[in-house]
Amino acid sequence: MSKPATLVDKIWDSHIIADLGDNTYLLHIDRNFQHELAGSTALTGIDKAGRQIRNKELTFAVMDHVLNTHPGRSDETPVPGGINFIRELRQRTRAHGIRLFDIDDPLQGISHVIAPELGIALPGCTYVCGDSHTCTIGGIGVLAWGIGSTDVEHVFATQTLIQTKPKNMRVIFKGELRQEVFAKDMILYLISQVGAAGGIDHAVEFAGPAINNLHIDGRLTICNMAVEFSTRTGIIGPDETTIEYFRGRPFAPKGEIWDKAIEYWRTLQSDPEAQFDKEVVIDCADIKPQVTWGTSPEHSVAVDGCIPDPANAIDIHSRLTMERAISYIGLKPDTPLEDVKIDAVFIGSCTNARLSDLREAARILNGRKIAPGIRAVCSPGSYDTKRRAESEGIDKIFIEAGFEWRESGCSMCMSGGAGGEGFSPGQHVLSTTNRNFEDRQGRGVRSHLASPVTAAATAITGHITDPRKIGV
Amino acid sequence: MEKFIRIIGVVAPLMRRNIDTDAIIPGKELIKVEKTGYGEGLFGQWRYSDGNRKENPDFILNRKPYRHATILLADENFGCGSSREAAVWALTDFGIKCVIAPSFASIFYNSSFKNGLLPVILKDNDVHAIAHQVEESDGKQMVTVDLERCHVISPEYQIYPFSVNDIYREMLLKDLDPIDATLRYEPQIAAFQDKDRISRPWVYHY
Repeated sequence: MSKPATLVDKIWDSHIIADLGDNTYLLHIDRNFQHELAGSTALTGIDKAGRQIRNKELTFAVMDHVLNTHPGRSDETPVPGGINFIRELRQRTRAHGIRLFDIDDPLQGISHVIAPELGIALPGCTYVCGDSHTCTIGGIGVLAWGIGSTDVEHVFATQTLIQTKPKNMRVIFKGELRQEVFAKDMILYLISQVGAAGGIDHAVEFAGPAINNLHIDGRLTICNMAVEFSTRTGIIGPDETTIEYFRGRPFAPKGEIWDKAIEYWRTLQSDPEAQFDKEVVIDCADIKPQVTWGTSPEHSVAVDGCIPDPANAIDIHSRLTMERAISYIGLKPDTPLEDVKIDAVFIGSCTNARLSDLREAARILNGRKIAPGIRAVCSPGSYDTKRRAESEGIDKIFIEAGFEWRESGCSMCMSGGAGGEGFSPGQHVLSTTNRNFEDRQGRGVRSHLASPVTAAATAITGHITDPRKIGV
Repeated sequence: MEKFIRIIGVVAPLMRRNIDTDAIIPGKELIKVEKTGYGEGLFGQWRYSDGNRKENPDFILNRKPYRHATILLADENFGCGSSREAAVWALTDFGIKCVIAPSFASIFYNSSFKNGLLPVILKDNDVHAIAHQVEESDGKQMVTVDLERCHVISPEYQIYPFSVNDIYREMLLKDLDPIDATLRYEPQIAAFQDKDRISRPWVYHY
């Protein structure tokens, strides 16, 4: 009998083309999905070197990063020079015969949203994109990770990557989620416990009853932030929920091949005796709705908590890091998070812009108005998500509450790059995105990460708000 | 690119944890499809006090002799966050050839080797000890990083061995092109796909 293996081991082993020694392998890459930033740079490199795309049928591209998310958009974007990336990607994908989901394509959306939605990413596949949040796709049992654009060129030319094998980590979420606690709260809580470097050199599998009970949208949210504690990637074993999710998706297999595929997908679980190099157990009873106070996703606390005091830090380096974050965020230690006034709310991004996210936010926003003086923006994760939301009347709820209802894209997750719009210096923004880094959403902007429900509750009151107190 | 064998250079200690790639090269600097010319934007939000590139005199890379640094010291999880390879290009364009830290985020770590930048992992205490020695000498004392012998020599002549993946080390020592190296495996890649098309047809037909 073979040695018990983790899910990551199984997918890894089934993609080895050559063992290069020193824990390093040449791996087959099943899906290469690129966007206009890394993709256009890599295609330019490929063309300069006079190389070919080895497997066009395994290669996809989409406009999602720098494109405008205002309604009625064109190639023009608020990002300086952004139009060059858009036109380069369009021209070079056309020249190479690569399937591109262009700005006006009814299937366009954020790559990490549409790859599962269209059935392009499938369980058991290896999948790469020139974006760190590629780990999102792990939520459907795909071994997916972000790479730099030179590695993107490598995949274009060879359909492989040279990779060192990560160690195995498992995080078990036991118990049941409390009221108004969602996947976003689970992952923020985890990162606050293990730290922003807590998963370094590991691929993490999320498991346990609370993971099994999540719908696919929630699983994608969890895996989306695996990179925020510096894991190589995150993954969740595919189950019947995953299989049902793929049935009938445009690029998913059909007929006899479907039957063969699901038979294989059902084998994609870690063996019961598999050994993990690191294991963390989280009791969901301990998780309240979360919000970040500082400049790293590890700076997450319960929404009814306070800004921590660096004097209580465990060591000098932690204290300096916390002091720096507190100085950037402009708040005093021991301030209750609920006292923090908010200037803007953003609901969107590859973390939280799927249909269930919009439905949950709409449940809170229904019949209410956002606080005076607040700017609120919603960018659905894809055209398909947007159309479905509109068919349920969700757009009207957002618009009547006072939200801007945008087109899909990375939008205001990242100033300068994505969408090119930032918020103003010193503003506090409650955002459903994944990074609260210094200057991430504009110079001097203070980002607070939370779930769509906490974001909606906050938009209504104008200060960070515990969604449990607002009622449906 | 040139071969990386051994360097002796000025060291800039930037001893912060979780220095992310948004900090190394801000999003608003990502305006070129090319891989060159990012050095000016390196640590843009920290290095300049406004949008007009007015230098912030307190930032280490704006001070002598650190503005001529070829080695950067940092705390754990260097290069976390966005996969943007421009973070590596900004460092190399500025003149940095080596970053020494207790740990690196994996995408940044992988991209470094493809661009002639050596990321060296040393123990937390050792990185802080070197930083301390450099600061004591106001940056005048240099550090040696030897990839052939896999060690770092501190200003006080302590030798810190490091380990690095054989394949990645070879890439830098000989300035190999990983794509050319992989194309030698073309028969194996083709054989893998031939077999895989039968066992996992859904990957290839949709």
